[in-house]
Amino acid sequence: MAFCVLSPGFARITANMNITLNGEKKEVPGNLTVLGLLEFIKIQSQRVAVELNLEIVKKDQYGMTALKEGDSLEVVSFMAGGS
Amino acid sequence: MADDKLIIAGIEFSSRLWVGTGKYKDFTETKRAIEASGTDVVTVAVRRVNITDKSKENLLDYIDPKKYKILPNTAGCYTAKDAIRTAMLAAEAGITKLVKLEVLGDEKTLFPDNEATLEAAKVLVKEGLIVLPYMSDDPIMAKKLVDIGCPAVMPLAAPIGSGLGIRNPYNIRIIMETVKVPVVVDAGVGTASDVALAMELGCDAVLLNTAIAGAKDPIAMAEAMKYGVLAGRLAYKAGRIPKKLYATASSPLEGMIGS
Repeated sequence: MAFCVLSPGFARITANMNITLNGEKKEVPGNLTVLGLLEFIKIQSQRVAVELNLEIVKKDQYGMTALKEGDSLEVVSFMAGGS
Repeated sequence: MADDKLIIAGIEFSSRLWVGTGKYKDFTETKRAIEASGTDVVTVAVRRVNITDKSKENLLDYIDPKKYKILPNTAGCYTAKDAIRTAMLAAEAGITKLVKLEVLGDEKTLFPDNEATLEAAKVLVKEGLIVLPYMSDDPIMAKKLVDIGCPAVMPLAAPIGSGLGIRNPYNIRIIMETVKVPVVVDAGVGTASDVALAMELGCDAVLLNTAIAGAKDPIAMAEAMKYGVLAGRLAYKAGRIPKKLYATASSPLEGMIGS
């Protein structure tokens, strides 16, 4: 889960890629890790939790988990909410 | 009352009033109401981060996790699968292993789906979470949830947000006699007397949100709830007099004039 095998078409490494982020399609730089994505969308990583293709990504793995075309991510945080 | 601590799974709670953070006008009001309530436990929802509008303030800027125990909930989940995902994400956020497990069965009543709640609780307990389940006021369900490792149960007083108060105090009492873990009445209380009644019954704590947030003056109601819990708990510990059909005079009959 942690590492993604780069596709043979290595030109794609720097090209943009399409991911689904919190249910919305988004085009992002092609060589991002989870940490890179959070920085790209300017979200502080301390207070969030991340799910990549339905698997939770541990915080200490953010910088090592590479994203690839078609990935689906959920980035959640604590919000106001009741009982 | 200083030694009257509530302890769940080794965690010491200084307040028996637990408060939700939803439905307030803004975070300032949330903060003031929570302070007025005297609570040390606040529930929060787990939701997608707003990617497009990051100008929005974060609740945790107002509610300091060092000062309050954060109790993430799985509110809004209608399947065990969604509740498990949500709870696991909440735990991964790194603030707490506590989770208020809530698997709803119906949008109109927001009654819990007890079967799905039990299923999700089994998984989450195995994952090492401290699972506090929202459940019907059903003693059999309470026993099942405790048997699989829930360190407390949270039966509803009435439907979430209804303000009806404890609809079945007898069931709540049977739950308390059935399980040997803390019982937290969760949802449906409307005013201070409702929480006092819950505490007089012997419940260990009350969790509420709408009764404070929806009051005309949430800050004043938060304070009222604080005293409701304190009064009810004190009355429970004090031991009330039995109910009798006929009068018993409080004043001496001796020495009355004209006798």
